[in-house]
Amino acid sequence: MDALMLLGDEALAQGALDAGISGFYAYPGTPSTEIMEYVQRSKQAEGIHRTWSSNEKTAMESAIGMSFAGKRTMAMMKHVGLNVAADPFMNSAFTGANGGLLVAVADDPSMHSSQNEQDSRFYGKFAMIPILEPSNQQECYDMAFYGFELSEKYKVPVLIRLTTRLSHSRAGVVRRAPISQNGLKTPDDLFQFMLLPAIARKKYQHLIELQNDFVCESAKSPFNSFQFEAKDLSKGIICTGLAYNYLNEVFQGKEIPYPVVKICQYPLPNEQIHELYNKCDSLLILEEGMPLVEEQLKGLAFTGMKPIHGRLDGTLTRDGELNPNKVAKALGLPDTYGKPIPAVVTGRPPMLCVGCPHSDSYLALNEALTEYGRGHVFSDIGCYTLGFMPPYNAINSCVDMGASITMAKGAADSGHFPAIAVIGDSTFAHSGLTGLLDCIFDKSNVVIVILDNSTTGMTGGQDYTAFGKLEDICAGLGVEKEHIRVFVPFKKNFPEMVQIYKEEIAYNGVSVIIPRRECVQTLKRKHKMEG
Amino acid sequence: MKKDIILAGVGGQGILTIATIIGTAALKRGMHLKQAEVHGMSQRGGDVQSHLRLSDEAIWSDLISFGGADMILSVEPMEALRYLPYLNAEGWIITNAVPFNNIANYPDVEDIYSEIKSIPNHVLFEADTIAKEIKASRSMNIVVLGAAIKHLGFTQAEIEDAIRAIFARKGEAIVEANIRALQAGIAIGN
Repeated sequence: MDALMLLGDEALAQGALDAGISGFYAYPGTPSTEIMEYVQRSKQAEGIHRTWSSNEKTAMESAIGMSFAGKRTMAMMKHVGLNVAADPFMNSAFTGANGGLLVAVADDPSMHSSQNEQDSRFYGKFAMIPILEPSNQQECYDMAFYGFELSEKYKVPVLIRLTTRLSHSRAGVVRRAPISQNGLKTPDDLFQFMLLPAIARKKYQHLIELQNDFVCESAKSPFNSFQFEAKDLSKGIICTGLAYNYLNEVFQGKEIPYPVVKICQYPLPNEQIHELYNKCDSLLILEEGMPLVEEQLKGLAFTGMKPIHGRLDGTLTRDGELNPNKVAKALGLPDTYGKPIPAVVTGRPPMLCVGCPHSDSYLALNEALTEYGRGHVFSDIGCYTLGFMPPYNAINSCVDMGASITMAKGAADSGHFPAIAVIGDSTFAHSGLTGLLDCIFDKSNVVIVILDNSTTGMTGGQDYTAFGKLEDICAGLGVEKEHIRVFVPFKKNFPEMVQIYKEEIAYNGVSVIIPRRECVQTLKRKHKMEG
Repeated sequence: MKKDIILAGVGGQGILTIATIIGTAALKRGMHLKQAEVHGMSQRGGDVQSHLRLSDEAIWSDLISFGGADMILSVEPMEALRYLPYLNAEGWIITNAVPFNNIANYPDVEDIYSEIKSIPNHVLFEADTIAKEIKASRSMNIVVLGAAIKHLGFTQAEIEDAIRAIFARKGEAIVEANIRALQAGIAIGN
């Protein structure tokens, strides 16, 4: 078969399709979004579950349910999405899998499009399950097959960890012959998914017993490699994931003089790591992300008999993604950095698009809040976070999905007035509903602005589960009908918009204001398609 | 042959289309290719870049090394300079001269031009103006590509084939506009 040019995300999606998957579950989040988008475009995926979930927790739980039924399935999310899905994820290590269960998490070191750079390998280790970390697009594809087999062999979920530079980089991928889906088959042991304490304790024992098997799998994994023979034993190198490419890039065309261990499957194969440590005078750990391997090797009682270099001792930067130059410097090779960026170059941060409905909503909100000064608007994650930038300077917080509503509630509970929450329509569906229910239960004095651009904007315009139902949902949760206000955010409606904001700020209770106008990007795309 | 190219611009200016065209031509030759793109938050009117790597041999890194790029191909002049640390000593800057001014503090454009001209190998020209003259105003990116192909080692025929393959489903008028844009750019590059 000819090679396909695929993003890392797309290669994983195509691999899962060819490996007989029956359902994908996800909520959009950079850099993971393109996995589901590829599946939604794919003719091959017709009849396979591929619609978006409300959030990562519902996605993960649905995937566990599909695994229960014996089918192969995958939940996909960005790294912070795994925080949302952490409860079912952690417990899925105890229930284990029936049909193959993959959890694909795309990390964003250097925070290109994220609020932190947490490393999902820690979650995999925490859950005590095997982790696969592809180093290139072909491995993304192959690991779908391998991951499902591993998952079904040991009846455990398997974490696949991607990072931005692989998720969003394209290269040739060679496909294998597709295999057919599993048939429906309930678990042989109907206690498997019953985590009552008495059963859960047995499950935990079982998971502990599997740890040695997982280490043996890593030792013979086709994705790990152990090159012990080398001329120079002053340094042994351990690379994880993409770091292996940067090492090879640095030595391109030349032989790497040091022993090299490539790790793309965890838990760490400890015998081989010991062998490297015993053989070499020092170790250099190159890992994309946080120093997981380095910390494991050093431990607290590490005496420094032989130096172990990496991110913890400053050989590499403690934060941020790797690149070939960082790796070259860590190896003591010259840096090739070109001319510096001229001083004349100024920053060009992302901003709300020209004509964006959020900009009109924010300008009117600022006007309505003039008499109170700044420090009253809680927000969270989405395009509307860009309301922080000038000329709007409209929001004062961004913590996590849904936090706008609950932070406004907490502030209101303390007596802070006015307390305004600004949340996108898709983010409201993701994790705003329960916070709103809290506000209603306490009759909190908050104004919740659901900026409705009728799409999931920041990730490129995906549909979402609460579309067209926002007023009904709010009313159903208990917001009084006369305090659910809708307007169209256009400059010409400015006086009316300011007036509505002011009236609802004056109301002592829960108000919901819905400025509704479609995202200019999705609108443009529709016009293009209609010609 | 081995070419490492930084493509630069502002979100929505069409650098990924340039990457796709060069990539299609490279694949037809049987070359290896890696292309790192920017998605997500940075696309909202911010600066965007793509690392495009072509080689007859296997390619390891998805990212180009600092000091490793053979060319910065930019559809916006200030954005061309943002990636200067990637350019090697003999590398080319080929860039549109027309600023995309969506920020309040955009610098004096003459200061930008003098920085670009300080790089020995540069092509600085008003691609938007040329695109309008040949009635292909939406193909400014292809004009810039045209100016670069000589230095990329591709022939006009190879790139034209790629353009036809990629734009075919959009109709003959769009294909022809892009071919005109390519030819106008080639005239500048020579």
